[in-house]
Amino acid sequence: MSTPDILRYTRETGDFSRMIASIPYAGFIGLQCDRFGDDLIFRLPPKNQNIGNPILPAIHGGVIGGFMELSAAIYLMMSQETLRMPKIIDFSLDYLRAGLDRETFAECHLTRQGNRVANVMINAWQKSRSQPIATARAHFLLAD
Amino acid sequence: MANNARLERVSRFINTLNQARELGLTVTEASEGHLTLCLPYSERIIGNPDTGVIHGGAITTLMDTASGSVMICAFDDFELCPTLDLRVDYMRPAEPNQPVYARAEPYRVTRNIIFTRCEAFQGSGDVIAQCVGTFMRIGREATPKSFRDLIAGDAE
Repeated sequence: MSTPDILRYTRETGDFSRMIASIPYAGFIGLQCDRFGDDLIFRLPPKNQNIGNPILPAIHGGVIGGFMELSAAIYLMMSQETLRMPKIIDFSLDYLRAGLDRETFAECHLTRQGNRVANVMINAWQKSRSQPIATARAHFLLAD
Repeated sequence: MANNARLERVSRFINTLNQARELGLTVTEASEGHLTLCLPYSERIIGNPDTGVIHGGAITTLMDTASGSVMICAFDDFELCPTLDLRVDYMRPAEPNQPVYARAEPYRVTRNIIFTRCEAFQGSGDVIAQCVGTFMRIGREATPKSFRDLIAGDAE
């Protein structure tokens, strides 16, 4: 299945398994996605290989960043006309709390979409959405 | 501290990070003010299946690890410094089938905060991403002595 076919299938069914299987990095960190109505919730189940602080232990900050970055890209693909992976321009990430070795969630908001560039906000949390572990902002290039 | 002692300390530290081991990160160069890490190419970390380009998240992890470990080169005693923030600019996609290197430096160190910058590049020398970060100094006592001894090495 080509990327446009996978995207069409995912949009129609809300089943993200084929899309996730087509992106090796998603499987590498264990990213999952569920659709509730129009809303997407991204999940990162606990995974021993994602640990980056052996003392707490806590998830590697880079994995939290990668999880949020990939969530934003998938979110954009789902909300866009375009049938390919948007290109990331930059990514700004604030760590608010240690990401402990437990399930992590993320949601995205499209702050602004222009003709060529989209600005996406991403929030990540664990036990409670009111206690985020990280917030991020990303710009994506939509045109060539 | 000699540069090879710095390199060994950083290697020992990176080997305690599961994600760094999973990515196969290695230390290629360490001095008082610089640290270079290497991320080998792997099909497991591809982000764009159409092009084979690795995902930005793997580069973020590489640069976060390089920036967060560069203080091991600068300080005599090991301090674990959590990341406060990172800002990553992606200049161009990484060339598939080639390793990515990240060279980090702490350009300002205060009692509480370390300011870092880091460049990711490939063999051609072209910069593929740049990152500035801030790290919190929580003090060496925040890290158990057994862990600090492990990083310092038994011989020292």
